[in-house]
Amino acid sequence: MSRRPPWRASALSAAVVWALAAAGPAAGDRAYREPSDPEWRAECGGCHVAYPPRFLSRSDWQSVMDALARHFGADASLDAATATRITAFLVANAGRERSGTGARNRSGGSGATGGLAGTVVETPRITTTAWFRHEHDEVGAAAWRAAAVTSPANCGACHPGAERGQFAEQDVRVPGPTGRRP
Amino acid sequence: MRAVRFSVVVATTLAAATAPSVRALGPGEIRRGYEIAARQADPGFAGLSAERGARLFRAAPAGDWSCATCHGDDPTGPGRHARTGRAISPLSPTANAQRFADPAKVEKWFKRNCQDVLGRVCTAQEKGDVLAWLLSLK
Repeated sequence: MSRRPPWRASALSAAVVWALAAAGPAAGDRAYREPSDPEWRAECGGCHVAYPPRFLSRSDWQSVMDALARHFGADASLDAATATRITAFLVANAGRERSGTGARNRSGGSGATGGLAGTVVETPRITTTAWFRHEHDEVGAAAWRAAAVTSPANCGACHPGAERGQFAEQDVRVPGPTGRRP
Repeated sequence: MRAVRFSVVVATTLAAATAPSVRALGPGEIRRGYEIAARQADPGFAGLSAERGARLFRAAPAGDWSCATCHGDDPTGPGRHARTGRAISPLSPTANAQRFADPAKVEKWFKRNCQDVLGRVCTAQEKGDVLAWLLSLK
């Protein structure tokens, strides 16, 4: 029995890695190893799921981190040293620049999950990116309003592996309006 | 009201309680630090008040958020972030030993949350009052 030459295996895994990386945020496959950082997890994960760096582009993360004192209507300020380290982690692992993010995204921030009344929302918002909308286009309004969901920011309501960066479609469990899982 | 730097107060408290071995600060020491800072800021200060702390915790001066909005009306139980839906572990150190164990973390959150609720930073007395109330809960 002939063994597969080692170069073929490594070329294959390189191709798989490339394919997953190219697929971007939609690639929730378990084979993909989510970048992690203890400070990012502790600080960004204090009020919401620590959103994976690939969910926004470098320039969007920069904008988010530049405005932490006015973060979606809340003060999320950090000391400068911690903010600098977390920004470096986010930027190093950011998603690619996409249409639907960046400056164009910022005008779309006045929806149901917007800041406090009167707050001008200019921070890039994951939930208004084109890829987020596309990935969630089959989710009905009732599901978004379910008590167990509260907000599109609450990834874990439907993605049980969100805390571990797992968003694969086959794992999605959308709670019903009463919070019961179907 | 004059703001007194908390780190200075903590350092003073630590120095006063100098022990041969370094030990972690607990909620009691942090409460004491705020008490000392409040007295330095106001010579007429008559002590921390759990009752004032409870009132501040439930006040929503801007008409939207109070501390209780996310931490719950009973902070010995779990809370839930009003915007993101994220579960929040109990705030009271009488129910959660992780709370008020790290002065830097305590200061970081008071700064953020006082801005959110009051639109300004809290005074040492206000922070001490809230902590005194939390420590009085069973």
